[in-house]
Amino acid sequence: MSRSNAHTMDFYDRVAAFRDGDIPRQVESATDADVQRLLGKHTLSAQDFLCLLSPAATPHLERMAQKAHALTVAHFGRTIVLYTPLYLSNFCSNHCLYCGFSRNNRIVRRQLTLKEVETEARTIAETGLKHILILTGDAPDIASLDYIESCCEVLGRYFPAIGMEIYALSQADYGRLIEAGIDSLTIYQETYNETQYNRLHPKGPKRDYRFRLDAPERACRAGMRAVNVGALLGLDDWRRDAFFTGLHAHYLQDRYPETEISISLPRMRPHLGGYQPGCIVEDRHIVQTMTALRLFMPRVGITISTRESARFRDRLLPLGVTRMSAGSCTAVGGRIDKTAGTGQFDISDERSVPQMVSMLTRAGWQPVFKDWQRIGGWTERRHSISQ
Amino acid sequence: MNSIHSMDSLTIGGHAFDSRLLIGTGKYPADDMIPTIIAASGSRIITVALRRVDFEATTDNVMQHIPDDMQLLPNTSGARNAQEAVRIARLARATGCGNWVKIEVIPDSKYLLPDGHETVRATEILVKEGFVVLPYINADPIVARQLEAAGAAAVMPLAAPIGTNRGLTTREMLQIIIDEIKVPVVVDAGLGKPSQACEAMEMGADACLVNTAIASAADPVAMAGAFAAAIRAGRDAWCAGPGAIRTSAAASSPLTGFLYEQE
Repeated sequence: MSRSNAHTMDFYDRVAAFRDGDIPRQVESATDADVQRLLGKHTLSAQDFLCLLSPAATPHLERMAQKAHALTVAHFGRTIVLYTPLYLSNFCSNHCLYCGFSRNNRIVRRQLTLKEVETEARTIAETGLKHILILTGDAPDIASLDYIESCCEVLGRYFPAIGMEIYALSQADYGRLIEAGIDSLTIYQETYNETQYNRLHPKGPKRDYRFRLDAPERACRAGMRAVNVGALLGLDDWRRDAFFTGLHAHYLQDRYPETEISISLPRMRPHLGGYQPGCIVEDRHIVQTMTALRLFMPRVGITISTRESARFRDRLLPLGVTRMSAGSCTAVGGRIDKTAGTGQFDISDERSVPQMVSMLTRAGWQPVFKDWQRIGGWTERRHSISQ
Repeated sequence: MNSIHSMDSLTIGGHAFDSRLLIGTGKYPADDMIPTIIAASGSRIITVALRRVDFEATTDNVMQHIPDDMQLLPNTSGARNAQEAVRIARLARATGCGNWVKIEVIPDSKYLLPDGHETVRATEILVKEGFVVLPYINADPIVARQLEAAGAAAVMPLAAPIGTNRGLTTREMLQIIIDEIKVPVVVDAGLGKPSQACEAMEMGADACLVNTAIASAADPVAMAGAFAAAIRAGRDAWCAGPGAIRTSAAASSPLTGFLYEQE
């Protein structure tokens, strides 16, 4: 793909431009000398990034890790921003084969009342956390935009930064929720392989691959402060999905320099419904993905969730991580109601906020509770200079 | 023993300071390290990102670790345009952080480069509102001149992209700014080693702001002391007026020597 073509292509075309056969061929053809050359290079291209994901890079993981560590400390310092997820609703009209909230799973469906949202918010705020990530299933009639706006009004009293991970929206609807106080969006493509995506999403609105793929870009256009993308590693060949995740983040960072772009590296976890990962993603693959991403994009944020074990998260800490969740709970109402139902997935790292703080401090990292200050709605900020 | 030149003070916004090293608060492994860093650096001015300040902290909070006698320099990190910078500055003042502000308008999350035009706009507004404004800018002499005209208390051009520790990569433009701008010039961002800070001071800069190079050092406290010493040395050298640099030791004058030849 030539540089000039790449500039005008949208992301869907860019993914399509890497024909199916190309990636495995490029991965297999990377040599030790290629990797050695890249490790001395200042700015990496997408092809270089792919080379660092190849088997040829495996013997160089330690060097990649050391470079990734140095870049992360230089650009982000020895700091980790802490956040926690708050599940508002698990109603869902999708049938995603790998998800515990799939409409075919017989679980107790629940949506928090505003009073319950307030109680959960207070419980979380008491731990000192300031960054919250709200989540819902894909049920716009129940977990509606009106409902989310009302939740934001409650949560805004407790948290200076509210992120969301909900169903894909139009640009206008992203704008509406930004006005309501949402400042960051997390949305995973799950897998960038369109054929596999269609197989894994047989029913429901999420079946529209293209609408989901373009959602992060619509959020950037709407003026979202931060956008976080990712693939659920294990649904398809991990190298391919890791590559497209990096490419996606790079595309967004290029086109929307005002937006803080970040990446999550979620790995398939056991859940109700029993879907087994299509591809085994080993710890060393996560390490290779994270360090290659850091070398490719020195300033991109990287999040590791509680899907990973406490021990592994601790080891990943110096390799490029900038954000971690703490005191997580993936069941709706799980913090206020100990009998709350099934979570979206099983948490592996169940450490509380004080335990995470203590681990980070011991390891020489500063837990950052607050890294954003809400300064009014976007429209207000953008269009008026008031005195 | 310090020379008398080391005692010349830095004056910004009508206040005199006995240190020419400004420091930051981000990127340290722990905030409780900050008082020790301040002591080792001798710094009198410290910048803090308002986005990190927690006014209702139930947990540890960066503000608890900054002694009252330090000049607080809240910065507008996170602002992407003039409007956001202005709002953050007003919020800082309203929440008791004083009327100094370091303007950072950064519409570029890839390299964290500042937007000169928006920075000038924010400066114009905030100066009129009585703020002491220190804008962070690219090493652009024209922008520096516009900021001076807008009433900035100092200008803070970058030596290299922030966080890179690459040193005085913008040297030529920095020298023009130093030569032309009447308000203090504080070299900010990209200084990786004390020798580079020393060189900036030898060039005539009034002060340096160092964060990453101190915070990411294996021993941040020792590095803070090293930067302080380098900045003192550079300032002393500039005050002393270095001798001319010669490319050869030739004493003869092959082209004009004939003027002095005896008939």
